Amino acid sequence: MIRLEKINKFFGDLHVLQDVDLEVAEGEKLVIIGPSGSGKSTTVRCMNFLEEPTSGKVFINGEEMTSKNKTRMVRESTSMVFQQFNLYPHMTILKNLTLAPIKLYHKSKEEAEALAYHYLDIVGLREKAHVYPTTLSGGQQQRIAIARALCAQTKIILFDEPTSALDPETIQEVLDVMIKLAKENITMVVVTHEMGFAKEVADRIVFMDNGKIVEVGTPNEFFKNPSNERLKQFLGKIIR
Amino acid sequence: MGGLFSADAWEKIWVFRDTFILGLANTGKMAAVALLLSFLLGLIFGLMATSGQKPLEHISRIYVELIQNTPLILQLCFLYYALAFSGNSIGILPTGMIALGIYHGAYMSEVVRAGIGAIPKGQFEAAASQGFGYIGEMYYVILPQSIKIILPPMVNQVVNLIKNTSCLYIIGGADLISLTYSFVTGASTGGAYGPAYLVSGLLFFVVCYPLSTLASYWENTLKLREQKTQVVPLTIEERG
Repeated sequence: MIRLEKINKFFGDLHVLQDVDLEVAEGEKLVIIGPSGSGKSTTVRCMNFLEEPTSGKVFINGEEMTSKNKTRMVRESTSMVFQQFNLYPHMTILKNLTLAPIKLYHKSKEEAEALAYHYLDIVGLREKAHVYPTTLSGGQQQRIAIARALCAQTKIILFDEPTSALDPETIQEVLDVMIKLAKENITMVVVTHEMGFAKEVADRIVFMDNGKIVEVGTPNEFFKNPSNERLKQFLGKIIR
Repeated sequence: MGGLFSADAWEKIWVFRDTFILGLANTGKMAAVALLLSFLLGLIFGLMATSGQKPLEHISRIYVELIQNTPLILQLCFLYYALAFSGNSIGILPTGMIALGIYHGAYMSEVVRAGIGAIPKGQFEAAASQGFGYIGEMYYVILPQSIKIILPPMVNQVVNLIKNTSCLYIIGGADLISLTYSFVTGASTGGAYGPAYLVSGLLFFVVCYPLSTLASYWENTLKLREQKTQVVPLTIEERG
């Protein structure tokens, strides 16, 4: 479904991704972990060209993404949930959810709103349809952002540290929604520090360090008997 | 006979009131067309300045710096005499419309650039991640948020533009100031300096004061709204 081939990315002189090769299967739940600055966010942001790789190729469903076709390809195949939610503050929740379906997917207003209410039910926030994002708590905003991503009905949803900006007490409500999603046939790529979540939903976990993929494995391999020294160190710091 | 309290002088102004009305009308007409032009140029060059495309950004920069760092009167003379000597004279009012439009377009461009620059990067990314192209992103997501930031300084530019119609005097313009000047120096009408400039100034004031009041009112409500959106997420505590 997604294939990264020898991705390199520089920010100025900083070599943030080094020869990253990665393949994500359809319906797979892939979790990317690693210390901050390891390139995990950049990796996931290369999948929808929010960061264009300096070299290397990104394929979605076998089609190579370029700066020319990225808008169409992103529209057709991927959605993203951000650390800072990035809801549109000048629109009500309902407008946030129906904007892309109406303007990009040419759905009628009725269709788009029915879709929006359907996903609002899934994230448990139907009653917030007519309020503005700033009146919601962080956890609620993020659940709305997930609903917005779902409204695009793309096969792939990318999560870039979806719970890192949240109060500890609202993290679980967002994770619960993501766990619910993981039961659907959606391809999910999740950058996170939530090891409990990784353990529960990941088909495979990718560990990155210093812009490289260091280890790829199932949650079992990762948490029961990590072989890689750096991974052991990292998990030792995170899990107590 | 030119004294401020000379009944004679005031009577003369009343008799020749059409001069002032014509001047105000010309100033208004010129300002209106120049305004449209400056909005258009401001939007185009402001968008170019924030496009992320280096060549476009440079072109916009050159336009803004050239215009902002030379006197308006020079630009007016240049346009008027260059056209006149090349045999393409377009008349004083159209010259004023074009020169004022280009001059204030540069300032509007800076206002638009600042307004777009004030929108958090996450908003651009959210729109791009949904598959909006540049135009959709600007039209649905960015500009509706920038407009509140842009409006107050833009209205100030409108006020400046109206006052700057007086520069047309240098090419013998038909604006309010020029007509006031020919009135007080005219062979048959001359002499009523004090009252004439008082009336002319009053007309400017009556047009400009409501506009600048509107601008500061907008600015204040914008500040209030900002304070509100900063406070709301902290005070409303809801758990979903």
